[in-house]
Amino acid sequence: MKQALILIPLLALPLVLNDFWLTQVATRSLILGVMALSLSFLATYLGVVSFAQATMAGIAGYTIAYFGPNTVGVGTPLPFWVTIPMALIFATLSGALVGLIARRSRGIYAIMITLAIGVAFFYFTRQNYTLFNGWTGFSGVRAPEVAGVSLRNPLLLYLLSLSTAGIALALVSGFVRSPLGLTIQAVRDAPGRVLALGISVTTPIVAAFAFSGLLAGAGGILNVWYQERISSFSVGLGPIIDILIISVIGGLRHPGGAFVGAVVFVLLDTFAVDLIDRERFNTLIGVVLLLIVIVAPGGLQQLAQDWAARLRSPQAKPKQASEHS
Amino acid sequence: MNKLKLAASALALCAMSVPASAEDVKVGVISILEGAFAALGQDGIRGAELAVLETGGEVDGNKIEVITMSSDASPDSAVNAARKLIEQDGVDIIVGPLSGSEGLALRDLSKSYPGVTFLNGSSAAQDTTLRDGSDNFYRFGGDGAQWMVGVGDYAFNDMGYKSVAIVAEDYSFPYTQVLGFMTEFCEAGGKVPEKFWTPIGNKDYSSVVYSIPQDVDALFVALGGADAVNFLTQYSQAGGDKPIIGGSITIDQSILDSKGPFKKLLVGAPAGTPTVSDYDGDEWKAFTASYTEAFPDGFSAPSIFAHHYYMSAKAAVMALDEVDGDLSDNHAAFRAALNDLTFTTPTGGTMRLDKNRNGIIDNFVTEVYEREDGTLGNRVVKVVRDVDQLLGQDEEAFLASGAVSRDNPSCP
Repeated sequence: MKQALILIPLLALPLVLNDFWLTQVATRSLILGVMALSLSFLATYLGVVSFAQATMAGIAGYTIAYFGPNTVGVGTPLPFWVTIPMALIFATLSGALVGLIARRSRGIYAIMITLAIGVAFFYFTRQNYTLFNGWTGFSGVRAPEVAGVSLRNPLLLYLLSLSTAGIALALVSGFVRSPLGLTIQAVRDAPGRVLALGISVTTPIVAAFAFSGLLAGAGGILNVWYQERISSFSVGLGPIIDILIISVIGGLRHPGGAFVGAVVFVLLDTFAVDLIDRERFNTLIGVVLLLIVIVAPGGLQQLAQDWAARLRSPQAKPKQASEHS
Repeated sequence: MNKLKLAASALALCAMSVPASAEDVKVGVISILEGAFAALGQDGIRGAELAVLETGGEVDGNKIEVITMSSDASPDSAVNAARKLIEQDGVDIIVGPLSGSEGLALRDLSKSYPGVTFLNGSSAAQDTTLRDGSDNFYRFGGDGAQWMVGVGDYAFNDMGYKSVAIVAEDYSFPYTQVLGFMTEFCEAGGKVPEKFWTPIGNKDYSSVVYSIPQDVDALFVALGGADAVNFLTQYSQAGGDKPIIGGSITIDQSILDSKGPFKKLLVGAPAGTPTVSDYDGDEWKAFTASYTEAFPDGFSAPSIFAHHYYMSAKAAVMALDEVDGDLSDNHAAFRAALNDLTFTTPTGGTMRLDKNRNGIIDNFVTEVYEREDGTLGNRVVKVVRDVDQLLGQDEEAFLASGAVSRDNPSCP
C-alpha cells in the first residue's frame, strides 16, 4: 500500500514533466541516489563510511565506455548484453577488493583507506591511456538501442533509473534480513562477539563491500549512459564528496534517505545559479547544506518523518524511525 | 509520503519556469567561473557581453538576452551547463567553452541538438573541428597548433636552436600546441629527442628536471598558470640554464610579474599567441578602449579569453543582423550567414571560416624583453596572417599524419 502511494506518482511523473525536468532533475536524482544508496548501505549496516563508492561506480562506467561505442577510438566494442553484466561484475569485484583492503579498519581509518583508494584510482585514470584514455576520457558513449529506440531517450532512461532504484532498495531491504545481512549487522555492533561465536568477520565485511560495489556499479552504468561520457573527473574528489553529501543530508537511518538527499542535491546543484549571482552560487550550496546538517542531524528523511509523526498525533513525542516501508 | 511531497514541490517549481517571448534571441555563455580559472573565465564572459553591448543589446528589434553558466574545466560540467542552458533556459545560441577537453565534449553534444548553434569560446583542441566535426559547431578562432605558427621557424632560423626538449601538460590542448611547434621546427631540420608529459596541477617536477638531456639547445614549455611557475622555479633552482620557448598560455603577464628566480631564463624567450594584450595595432587599441570603458573593473587589457569569446559573440550578432534575426528551419539561414561571414578582428586581420567551420586567424610570435625599469614584458617580433588549421599543408597529408597524442608528432 505504502509502496504504491510512492510508486504511482513517480510513474506518473513523465506525464507532467518536460524533458529537462525529467532527465536533468528526476533521472539524475535517481542515478545519484543509487550511488549514494551504496554508501548509506555500508554506513548503516556495516558502520563504515566508504569514500571509494565513486571508484566502484567509475569502474562500471569505464567498462561500459571501453567495451561500448565511443568516439575516442579506445577499446573494443562488444554487445551490450555482454558489457552490462561485465560492468556489474567488475564493480562488485572492485567492491570486494576494497573491502578486503579495508577489512581491519573502522571509523576514521576506514575513511582514510577508502579515500586513498578513490584518489589513487582518480590519478590512475588520469594518467593511463591504454584503458582509461587519460585526462580526456571517453566521449560519445551511446546507450544501447533496444528495438530501434535508444535507452537514452528521456522517458526510457527515467523508467530504467526508477526501476533500478526500486530494485536496489528491494535488494537492500532483502539483503539486510538474510542471514549474511544479519551477520553484517552483528559485525557492526560487536565484532568481538561474532568472532567468539566462531564466525569469521572478514567474509561479512567483504560481502558487504561487494554488495555495495554492485549497487554503485548499477548507478555507474546509468550515469555513463546519462552523461554519455566518462573521464577522470567522474571519479575525482568532486563526485566522491557529492556522494557523501547526498547520503548525509538524506539521512543514513533509512535506505530511502539516499534518494531524498539526491533530489535536494540535484535541485540545489541545478538551480543555485538562478537564485544568486553567478559567481557566488557555490557559497549558496554550501550554506544550504550546512543548514540541513545543523537543523536535521539525522538527515532530511528523518526530519520529515518526525514532522509527519508530530502531525499525526500532536501530543506524542516524535518517535524514532521504526515504521519503515 | 516524503517522496509525494517532493514530487509536489518539484511540480510547483516546474510551474515557475516561464517560457520566453519568441522575439528574444537567447545566447548562453559557458565559461569557467569556479576554481583556478575563475578570474580568466570571467574575462571570457566580459568578451561575449562586450560584443552584445556594442550592438546595443538588440539586432533588428530582436532583443538579445545573455545567460551565463559556469563549468569547472571538466568536460562533464560543460555538458551539464550546456544541457541546462538548452533545455531549461531555451537558448538558441551557445558561446563557449573555455578549455580544450570541454570543447570536444560540447562538439559531441552539439550533434544531439541540431536546433542550437554552438560557437566555441576559447577552447583550442585540434579535433574539435578537424576530425569528426559537427555541422552546428563553429570556431571563430584557431586551435592550439595555429597559435604556435611562426615559433618553430623562429626558434630554428632566428634563435639557432637545433635540438629542443618538450615539457607539457598531459591533455588535448598541449598536444595540439606541441604539434604546431614541431610541424615547423622539424620541417626546418630541428630535432625533439625527448618529450615530458606532466599531469595538470603537478607540484613536484624534480623527476622531469633531472631527466632533461644536457645536449638540447632549449626547452619548449607548454604549461599553464601555477604549473609553469612551479616548473620554472624548480628548474632554475636545480641550476637549469637552457633557454625557454613558451606555449600560448605559458608566458603571460602574471608569470612575468612574479618574483621567481627563473626570470633571467625568460628574457628573450619566444612564444606563440593569437592575443597580445599591449599590441600596437589600431583595431586592438580601439578594442581595448571599448573593453576598459565597458568593464572598468576588468583587466587592464582584454585577455586571450575575452578576445576569443568576443570574436565568437561578434560573429553571432553579425550573422543575426544579416538574416534579420531569422532562426527558423534549424537556423538554416543563420548558419549559412555564419559560414560566409568575414570581419576584421581586433588584431587587424580578416576572420573567416574554412570548410570545417574553423577560423583562419592571425598569429603572433612574441619575445620577452626587459623594460627600462627592470620589469619584463612581451613584445611582438613577427605577425603571421591567414593561418589556417592545416598549417598551410596539403589536407590529405595533414590528416594522414593522424590525431595528435603524446607520441604524435615525433622527430627524435
